[in-house]
Amino acid sequence: MKLMLHVDPGIVRQPLIASVILETSALVNIERASIDAVSGEIVIEVAPEKCILVKDAFERRGVKVVQLEIPVIMDDEECIHCGACVSICPTGAFRFENWKVIADSGKCIQCGACVTGCPQRALKLVLK
Amino acid sequence: MQEKSLSEINNRIREGSVRVVTAEQMPYIVAELGLAGAVREVDVVTTGTFGAMCSSGVFLNLGHSDPPIKIAKAWLNKVEAYGGVAAVDLFLGATQPSEDKGIEYGGSHVIEDLVAGKQIDVEAEGVGTDCYPQLELETTIGLEDLNQATMVNPRNAYQRYNAATNSSERTLHTYMGTLLPRYGNIHYSGAGVLSPLSNDPNFDYIGIGTRIFLGGAKGYVIGSGTQHDPQKGFSTLMVTGDLKEMNDRYLRAATFHRYGPSLYLGIGIPIPILNERIARNTAVRDRDIQVSLVDYGVLRRGRPIIKAVSYQDLKSGFIEVGGKEISTSSLSSYYMALVIADVLKMSIERGEFYLTQPVEPLSHLGSAKSMKQTKEFPNVGDVMSRDVIVVRDDIQVHEAARIIVNGSFDHLPVVSEDGRLMGIITAWDISKAVASDEVSRISAIMTRRVYSTRPDEPIVLAARTLDTHGISAMPVVDNDNRVIGMITSDHISGLLARRRWT
Repeated sequence: MKLMLHVDPGIVRQPLIASVILETSALVNIERASIDAVSGEIVIEVAPEKCILVKDAFERRGVKVVQLEIPVIMDDEECIHCGACVSICPTGAFRFENWKVIADSGKCIQCGACVTGCPQRALKLVLK
Repeated sequence: MQEKSLSEINNRIREGSVRVVTAEQMPYIVAELGLAGAVREVDVVTTGTFGAMCSSGVFLNLGHSDPPIKIAKAWLNKVEAYGGVAAVDLFLGATQPSEDKGIEYGGSHVIEDLVAGKQIDVEAEGVGTDCYPQLELETTIGLEDLNQATMVNPRNAYQRYNAATNSSERTLHTYMGTLLPRYGNIHYSGAGVLSPLSNDPNFDYIGIGTRIFLGGAKGYVIGSGTQHDPQKGFSTLMVTGDLKEMNDRYLRAATFHRYGPSLYLGIGIPIPILNERIARNTAVRDRDIQVSLVDYGVLRRGRPIIKAVSYQDLKSGFIEVGGKEISTSSLSSYYMALVIADVLKMSIERGEFYLTQPVEPLSHLGSAKSMKQTKEFPNVGDVMSRDVIVVRDDIQVHEAARIIVNGSFDHLPVVSEDGRLMGIITAWDISKAVASDEVSRISAIMTRRVYSTRPDEPIVLAARTLDTHGISAMPVVDNDNRVIGMITSDHISGLLARRRWT
């Protein structure tokens, strides 16, 4: 299960992830993180059974948490199944099936490479 | 040798007994029945392709206004169309960006919107003559309001197209899509086994006047396209068709990030199996069609070729380069190419599409030579400073500071024992080191990933490198990576200041 964490500048310097791991004993995989002076945006992967526990622990620390159920949306009307997204996705979220492009949303880490790479503008990130 | 005539085939279309297969099926049929058997059993092979065809556009006739106008300049949804054709004829090119939305909306989007039945805002400026006094025009029109909307595409349906990758250190945004750094991916274009011209490379059938499927309508081949180069296996077509008959399923506007608008267009060509020679050519397979894998990381016309690959390799999803498996994907849609070959097959079977006898074959001689450039632009070697001082990496920071103060650059290239470039140190690096009181050898503070250029590189490319990476100077190196000069943003602004703008 993927969670997107929005970290405010006030708490961005605290060891949030480490403390949540210690508290919940959940195995957390950081898939993407962009942190600057203004805010932080982190995508983590946790086991489904630990998901609520981890979400709750982050929220108590003042982190906004969004569960990424469908991180990337493909507009079927716009998609022409060219495949421009297939080779640029770092996690291999897109593949061909009978030459139609199929998205495996579970793999998406919301990096956005496919959004700008899609010539038909058929892909959108849910939260952006 | 088995032979038949085009009129025999058209008679079978009329009677409903014509036998049509797609170019994807044909290799298997020839393998099973042989060439003579294939000529006996198959009448028509349908091909299809659906890809970005930048060299496309439409002629639009607006009808005469009252008072009449001779249009000098015109905009359709803020996309400029060429008005220098008579009074109210315009040519709208697919790649023209709009003046308000930039590349996210361009000529191709106007064309798609027209086909989709949307209304388009027209603005025009007139010349003002005794016969055409009107100076300005604003109106809103749909496809039905135009007298004619005729697609005329100078270069479509490339026989095959070189695949693209990127050896450089940064992501490139090209008409071949997003190319990730350090050979991060490979993009290709073209339908391979279904490609119309790959199925008739000697133009045994395709010629001037050949009726084709174009954007969902019936269109025609006008002749060979621009950059037609059959000697090298890169033939192209110039085609025309009535936009009013087209369908936006087969005509789709696109934008390539940081490149611009383009038009995805569906083209299908039926090839009559008149003889064994044509049957053999339509039995072409993906593995028979080779292209070069080209490095777009080198921003010159002569991009280096990395290796030869086939459409079978490209469609497999991975190609090996330097011992590494690299992910491949297409920019053209093979799915849509299959749809087009099938749709064309069905319309022939239903008696809705007859094959034409071309009035002339396409030319077997083409030309895709390079541009003749009469105005010489300087290369890096023409403007760089040659009096560059280099240092070894074992000197102290204060020594480097002294050299920078006494020299003419803020940058100090650091070289190895044999003079090869290994790093660079700037006045800023030294200031930082001094400010943090960690004064030591420069090897600890130098930047090891140095952007450099070569003396034979055009100045515009060096300027682009400086701009892209936000740096103000670069060492110039020879083929052995030895520093021979320095180019700075001052050199480039000096060039601009000396240029006459009037």
